[in-house]
Amino acid sequence: MSQPIVSLRALSRRFHGPDSPPVLDRINLDIQAGEFVALLGRSGSGKTTLLRTLAGLDPVTEGEAALPQRRAVVFQEPRLLPWKPVWQNVALGLAGNATTTRQRALNALREVELAHRAEAWPLTLSGGEAQRTGLARALVREPELLLLDEPFASLDALTRLRMQSLVGELWEAHRPAVLLVTHDVEEALLLASRVLVLANGRFIDDVAVPVPRPRRRSAPGFDALRLRLLAALGVDEDGHDAAAKAA
Amino acid sequence: MSGQAIAAPVAIRPARPSPRFTWKLSRLRRLVVPILLVALWQIAANTGLISTRLLAPPNAIAAAAWELIVSGELPYHLLISLQRVAIGLAIALSAGVSLGLIAGLSRLGEDAVDATLQMLRALPFLALVPLFILWLGIGEATKIALVALGATFPIYLTLFGGIRGVDPKLIEAGRIFGLDRWGLIRHVVLPGALPQALVGLRYALGTAWLSLVVGEQINATAGIGFLVMDAREFLRTDIILVGLLVYALLGLGADQLVRVLERRALAWRPSLIREA
Repeated sequence: MSQPIVSLRALSRRFHGPDSPPVLDRINLDIQAGEFVALLGRSGSGKTTLLRTLAGLDPVTEGEAALPQRRAVVFQEPRLLPWKPVWQNVALGLAGNATTTRQRALNALREVELAHRAEAWPLTLSGGEAQRTGLARALVREPELLLLDEPFASLDALTRLRMQSLVGELWEAHRPAVLLVTHDVEEALLLASRVLVLANGRFIDDVAVPVPRPRRRSAPGFDALRLRLLAALGVDEDGHDAAAKAA
Repeated sequence: MSGQAIAAPVAIRPARPSPRFTWKLSRLRRLVVPILLVALWQIAANTGLISTRLLAPPNAIAAAAWELIVSGELPYHLLISLQRVAIGLAIALSAGVSLGLIAGLSRLGEDAVDATLQMLRALPFLALVPLFILWLGIGEATKIALVALGATFPIYLTLFGGIRGVDPKLIEAGRIFGLDRWGLIRHVVLPGALPQALVGLRYALGTAWLSLVVGEQINATAGIGFLVMDAREFLRTDIILVGLLVYALLGLGADQLVRVLERRALAWRPSLIREA
């Protein structure tokens, strides 16, 4: 196997001093170049902390982390600068002269089908348009590692479906390594080649998804994986809390 | 086409006049009460209800204003007053903005600057007039210093507050997308603080006029304040009222100026987008 692009060894993270309970507990993780990994977990399982560590936003204090140079994040809320038009948000922080960065930004916007909104103010965008801008802002950097922090969570159901297939297409076109943090088991199965389940700061499941693309919810094997992951998250098929039912 | 099966929607309300026209109309409507009040004032003066010795009637004020303009007196004094405000404001802007940046952008700066300024601010700055006169004399310096001091605080406070109020999530995003410290300040922090800072500028202009009025009553030999004080000696209420009118117009003009500035600099805000 080739050298992994992300490599975490015995990574722990605590928020309140060395004796506090760890949010991430001696985690090991390898992500290969071009691999699409989904990270599932309940609220408070440490998903966001792991993503922030991979983004370089949180310091590594215990354990080791090897990360690629070019990383980009799409956040749950778009986090666009409202005082810059869309294309300048996409071009934010790019090196190079104004003409080339603008051209690169416009190309990225074209890829997310938003070229016609390049001059718009971010506060006039719909939720889906704002998230697509966020996606363009990440893509324009040609990241080796693309981190998606529940990017579809605040979108309406139809927009979410379109965004999911857009992300799938863009991944096929550019092949960055992706870590998608999500609550949504089906979303993870539609997009990822591998699904990790995080609970109490540790991985409790690591599932390869061999379903061929483009994926449909009706594909064979899809439902079995879905049930397995739901069980790992402690929820049964009807959405009841598995632990509560056992008690 | 399925849409044609349904009758075309019929306008329920009668067509409204164009928004531009209604806007003008509402603008005119707002002027009705002030005009009525001035008319009543004139009638009261003509019928002897108000002593014209204590309060000059509108026509006398208009005549006095015309006379002062034609003789060149009003432009001369106005220019001197404007100059005082301009210099004072320039000092206030450079002081307020630098202090606001120092305190806003670094914890060390905050510790060094903020407590001191908050203490100074608690002091009513007009109470410093006697000290200023002792230090700076009764010339231009005192008047300009008063304007500068009064206008510094609102600029400092709003810029400092604005900088500290910038959404940390935006700063984090900027950092992730490769902005260095200077880039963050330029692209994220300062534009984020600008709306607040412009409110501060408006306050500062208001305080500047206030300081000017007080400053010009200290042994001035020129300026609108001098014009008013001089008119008092000769019981010329018409000229006093012209002076007050000029102060009011200057205040309004300054406010409009900042509004124009806001409209240009904050074009991204939804309220302004809708207006455009």
